[in-house]
Amino acid sequence: MTPVTVRRWAWIHKWSSLVCTVFMLLLCLTGLPLIYHHEIDHLLGNAIEAPKMAPDTPKADLDAVIAAAKARYPNKLVMYMSQEADEREIWYLTMGDHPTDEAFKSVAVDARTAKVLAEPSFEGTFLGVMFHLHVDLYAGLWGKLFLGFMGLLLVVAIISGVVLYAPFMRKLEFGQVRRERGPRVKWLDLHNMLGIVTLTWALVVGATGMINTWADLLVKYWQATEMAEMTAPYKDLALPSKLGSMQKAMDNAVAAEPGMQVAFVAFPGTAFSSPHHYGIFMHGNEALTSRLYKPVLIDAQTSEITDRRKLPWYLTALLVSQPLHFGDYGGAWMQFLWAMLDIATIFVLGSGLYLWLKRGGQARAPVRKDDEEVIAERQAPAYAAEGEAR
Amino acid sequence: MSGAGSFRRMWGAPVALAILTAIGLISALLGDGVWDYVSAVALGVPTIACAWYGLRR
Repeated sequence: MTPVTVRRWAWIHKWSSLVCTVFMLLLCLTGLPLIYHHEIDHLLGNAIEAPKMAPDTPKADLDAVIAAAKARYPNKLVMYMSQEADEREIWYLTMGDHPTDEAFKSVAVDARTAKVLAEPSFEGTFLGVMFHLHVDLYAGLWGKLFLGFMGLLLVVAIISGVVLYAPFMRKLEFGQVRRERGPRVKWLDLHNMLGIVTLTWALVVGATGMINTWADLLVKYWQATEMAEMTAPYKDLALPSKLGSMQKAMDNAVAAEPGMQVAFVAFPGTAFSSPHHYGIFMHGNEALTSRLYKPVLIDAQTSEITDRRKLPWYLTALLVSQPLHFGDYGGAWMQFLWAMLDIATIFVLGSGLYLWLKRGGQARAPVRKDDEEVIAERQAPAYAAEGEAR
Repeated sequence: MSGAGSFRRMWGAPVALAILTAIGLISALLGDGVWDYVSAVALGVPTIACAWYGLRR
C-alpha cells in the first residue's frame, strides 16, 4: 500500500468512526440490557405468567379472548394479537384508537380461560427507555433511519479499520499489547487487537442492525405491492362494519398451513394487513423456520381465506437478519457471549475515541529521531511511508 | 520472509477467528440442540481471545 492510499483509508476510518462513535456507544450500552430483556422483566416483576394448568387444557375460543380485551377498552379496536413460541398459554393484544395508533395499550389474556391476566406496560419502563434509545431515539421512522445511517458509518469504519490493520501491525505479533510504552501505545494496540478479533461479529451485528432500521419501509413497500395485488378485488368495497369470527379465521389458516403455528395476527387496517383482511402470520417450529413467517390473508367479514403467499425475499432477509442482531437464537451461552462481545466493542469504540482525543499531545511531544516507532505510533501515514521505503 | 509467510503471520489468526465467528453465528441459526453448543464454542474462542490478549501481563 502506498503512503497516499494509507492516508486516504486513515481519513475514511477517522471520519466514519468519529461521526458514529457516540451513537455506537449509546447503542452498545442500551443493547446490553436488551440482550437480557426477558431476564430483566422477570427480575423487575414485570413478566406475565399464566397460572399453571394441565398441558392439555383446551384453549378458549379466540373470539372470547378478544372480547375480554375489548371489555377493558370498549372504545378501542384490536390492532394485533400475538403469542410467544414457547408460551402458548398467553395471548398479547394491542388495543388502539385506530389501526395504526402508536399510543396503543397492551392486554395479556389467558389463552385457556379468556381472562385478562395483566396489562403489560412498556413505555416509560427501564426496558422501554432502553428500547427507544436503541431503536429510534424517540423520533419514530426518522430516528430509525438516522441510526441506520450511523450503522452504515460503523460498517465503513470497520472495513477501513481492517485495511489499516496491516500497516499498523507490520512489526507486531498478533495480539501483542505494548503496555510498557505508555497509555497511548497500549490503547492503540488494544484497539487493534479487540477490533480485529471482534471484526466479524461487529460487522454482522452492525449490518443486521442497519437492515432492521429499514423494516418499516420494507413492510410499507410490501403492503403497497404484493399485499395490494392479493387484495385488489376488495379495493372498491366498503370497509367491513362488523368483523367476522377470529376463531373461524384461525381454524381456516391452521388447516391451510399444516405443521405451522400462529405467530401473530394483524387486524384490518394495520401495517401487516389490508383494510378488509385479517393477516394471520404463521411460522414453523424449527430453528430457522420459526423465524420465517407465512402470511395467510383472511377476509375479515367472512373469515374465509383470500390468499396466502410466501414473503418476498427482502422480508425474508429482514427476518433472518433479526436473530443475527439480537443474539437470541442460541440459548444462554449465546446471550452471554453477545454481552461479552458487546463490551469488547465498547472498548474498541472508547479506545478509538481516546486515541483521537490524545492525538495532539503526542504530536507535540519531542520525537527521538532514532526511534522510528514513535513516529509510527504518532501517525499512521508516516509509519506506512517508513514501511514502504524499506 | 516470503510473501506467503508474512501474510500468514499477519492474517492467519484474524482469518481463523473470522471463520470461527461465522460458524458460531450460522450454526445456531440453522439448527438447535447440539448446534447451539457448536455456536457457543465457536463464538467463545474470539471472546476468550479478547480477554486473554487484553488482560495478560
